[in-house]
Amino acid sequence: MKPMGLYIHIPFCNGKCPYCDFYSVTPQCDTVEKYVNALCREIDKADGIYDTVYFGGGTPSLIGADNIAKIMSHILRTENCEVTLECNPSDTGAINSDFDFNKAAQSGINRISMGLQSALNSERAMLGRRGGCEDVERAVSRARNAGIDNISLDLMLGIPGQTAESLKESIRFCKEMKAKHISAYILKIEEGTPFYAKKDILCLPDEDETCDLYLTADKELEKAGYRQYEISNFSYEGFESRHNLKYWRCEEYLGIGASAHSFADGKRFCYERNIDDFINGIPPRNDGEGGEEEEYIMLALRLTEGLIFENFKNRFSHSVPESIIIKANGLKKYGLVNVDEKSISLTVKGFLVSNSVITALL
Amino acid sequence: MAVSKDKIRNFSIIAHIDHGKSTLADRLLEKTNSVAIRDMTAQLLDKMDLERERGITIKAHAVKLNYLAEDGEEYVLNLIDTPGHVDFNYEVSRSLAACEGAVLIIDASQGVEAQTLANTYLALDHDLELVPVINKIDLPSADPDRVAAEVEDVIGLDCSEAPRVSAKTGVNIEQVLEHIVKDVPAPEANDNLPLRALIFDSVYDSYKGVIVYVRIKEGKIKPGDTMRMMATGAEFTVVETGYMRATLPEPCKELTAGEVGYITASIKTVGDARVGDTVTTVENPASEPLPGYRKVNPMVYCGVYPADGADYENLRDALEKLQLNDAALTYEPETSGALGFGFRCGFLGLLHLEIIQERLEREYDLDLVTTIPSVIYKINLTDGTMIEIDNPTHYPDPATIASCEEPFTNAHIYAPTEYVGTIMDLCQDRRGVFKNMDYITPERVDIHYELPLNEIIYDFFDSLKSRTRGYASFDYEISEYRKSNLVKLDVLLNGDIVDALSFIIHSEKAYSKARKIAERLKEHIPRQMFEIPIQIGIGGKIIARETVKAMRKDVLAKCYGGDITRKKKLLEKQKEGKKRMRHFGTVEVPQEAFMAVLKLDDND
Repeated sequence: MKPMGLYIHIPFCNGKCPYCDFYSVTPQCDTVEKYVNALCREIDKADGIYDTVYFGGGTPSLIGADNIAKIMSHILRTENCEVTLECNPSDTGAINSDFDFNKAAQSGINRISMGLQSALNSERAMLGRRGGCEDVERAVSRARNAGIDNISLDLMLGIPGQTAESLKESIRFCKEMKAKHISAYILKIEEGTPFYAKKDILCLPDEDETCDLYLTADKELEKAGYRQYEISNFSYEGFESRHNLKYWRCEEYLGIGASAHSFADGKRFCYERNIDDFINGIPPRNDGEGGEEEEYIMLALRLTEGLIFENFKNRFSHSVPESIIIKANGLKKYGLVNVDEKSISLTVKGFLVSNSVITALL
Repeated sequence: MAVSKDKIRNFSIIAHIDHGKSTLADRLLEKTNSVAIRDMTAQLLDKMDLERERGITIKAHAVKLNYLAEDGEEYVLNLIDTPGHVDFNYEVSRSLAACEGAVLIIDASQGVEAQTLANTYLALDHDLELVPVINKIDLPSADPDRVAAEVEDVIGLDCSEAPRVSAKTGVNIEQVLEHIVKDVPAPEANDNLPLRALIFDSVYDSYKGVIVYVRIKEGKIKPGDTMRMMATGAEFTVVETGYMRATLPEPCKELTAGEVGYITASIKTVGDARVGDTVTTVENPASEPLPGYRKVNPMVYCGVYPADGADYENLRDALEKLQLNDAALTYEPETSGALGFGFRCGFLGLLHLEIIQERLEREYDLDLVTTIPSVIYKINLTDGTMIEIDNPTHYPDPATIASCEEPFTNAHIYAPTEYVGTIMDLCQDRRGVFKNMDYITPERVDIHYELPLNEIIYDFFDSLKSRTRGYASFDYEISEYRKSNLVKLDVLLNGDIVDALSFIIHSEKAYSKARKIAERLKEHIPRQMFEIPIQIGIGGKIIARETVKAMRKDVLAKCYGGDITRKKKLLEKQKEGKKRMRHFGTVEVPQEAFMAVLKLDDND
């Protein structure tokens, strides 16, 4: 059996960040237990072997290291399996936190991803993040003490009030924390979130300012030794998120948990955004075809390595359509794409308008 | 059995637009019991939805009425309806040529208007007996005495006996019928001469082929005869003859001199039965056709393109069908770099253009893009030859042009005196040459201008109406070609000419128009991945420019835990949006941007 990726969705949060539209609910004791049992049940049912595992949320750390370990005991892993746990610094980094990093590490967790968003507490407050930088520091050091050195921090770009200076401050903080990996997302106001309702009074940076922040992030992160490998992801050499690369390289992964998405056997499917349905064993629903050429190209172009002709040919048994290369060459003069005999890739400027570039190429 | 000739009355109703022609026609039908009350929908003669909505008659129709007059005799009244718009002047004149008299309707509050006069002159040209009728006396603003005096004054028609009616409420309609019987002469008719029948209309019927509406001037015709169209030479075997009734046709054994009726003969297109042509028989042919036939030629041209290229075939089918019924419509395939495959269509005038466009959109459910209408320009080249162009794309290299000529019109505008200033401003702005101004009454004037046709084909009438709050009326006729200083404006996007937006304009107006177009395009072209220069040029010279700045951000930053489908859907949506765009090289232009430029008018 070929190893694949495994995504585990933990849909619990103590509170909802006003910009977040991921699926989560406030945990109740018996629900958590039932949910964890349901996860184990589904993992057993899938009966796979995995070379990357990712606990995402929600706030996976919220269910405690015991529950994490319990789930982990059901997951058959390859030797070098990358196992990421998303943590919220406000619970794992609080002075009186009882989250047991040692236990987590022992169960196999070897990578932590944490939502820093900003090193400025004022900006964190603006985003409704509980806890401050001190909590992040504490959580990072606790993880390290438990032997988990591969730490990723999330940064947010386009926070109301954010400046190039404050962004540089946040990046400095990441470097000080010796984070191996940085995800830098542009704040997107999603419909249905509290931010959406008050977007007009939020003093959000405009398009130009946001773009400048992105370019600043790119430049400063590269300066700090973080190499960009995807539109929003940067890392030290060799510390790219292997799990997330699977998404972009159109490789197979199984998603287990309410609202989790899977891609296997050329099909995409997902569980409903409903904890009870998941606990009650309602199977995932079909979410369309996956892995076809267009999708492959659209995902590949999110990576700095871009669309590698040889990989495409190996996968689809024919070359990248000539029309795409011609169109890409047309966009070259605007500094949006790089084209050579081996690949097509987007420039940093191209990443900022990647939707347009990708639709133009396809 | 045909009625005695002296009991036949052939008449038209003429009026300015909205003075109540169709409503009066309906009342006449009702009073002569030609139609059961339950079949009455408002304005029965206006068969097309469009006609009813716009309150104008596009195509002429005819109907035979039986009327028992006060003298105890039964009369046959043939009512021939006429189109009410200047674009269809020729059709009006053919309808009038089929009559001996005309009912002239004047609105009791508005009085004499531009088309009242134009139609009156047309009727007098055909020696028709005029029966003035003052309509809409039910309106609070009605002033029949003043209007009667105005008609006597301006037209010189005795109105002392003129029926004062309300076609809407039905008051005094009998008086109109009595006047028709008394005042309109019976036709002079001789059944024994060779057949000469005037075609005043024809419609296409999918079962019977073309139904030819005729007025028999001399001779007679019956099923089995071989008819010949004297202008086109086409011959057909008559299948059916009959009379037009309000709701259903009524076949008859033969049509004889003086009568109005229809002929069917399995004719495939209305082009074979042209309005104004004379029908005779092969067995006993007439030597001379009736006077007055001419082939109507389009005056206004524009490109008509399907918004969705996939609709090209449907558009062609639709045009083919419309042409079956409308010999004045011409079309030929054309290709535009900007708009793809479409047709260059010719129209009698702007109303005709609008009607065709609306019918294509409504009846055939097509989404269209039409280019800026053009007239026919005569271009004298330096080598001494002359070419005629109706499409800016064919405009020759300016270096080879010795001079250009454009068609001018004689235009009359009737309006209350208070609007004289604004009307003159408008005409002046449209390069009009003032000829004179007559006072019809102390309150109303007839302003006579010579106006270039290309200045009125677009939105002149709309501008006129909005400047005069609808009180002005307008009529024009083509007069002559005149030398004019014309240039062709080209629109360039990202350095490439957008052929569909090129047009010919007087040099004096080129600069201001160019600036407006550039601004409009800038407003309507969304930011794209790169900067887009918009340039407007004459030949190689750029006279206006704007820039659409590059879009900077269009990115889905987040990965959503492997929810690729969501991403895909967003991109699909974006691709769908792209499909609705027109592409020029790498530039995408939304349909609205075209519309915004094409609809650029006076008020911008």
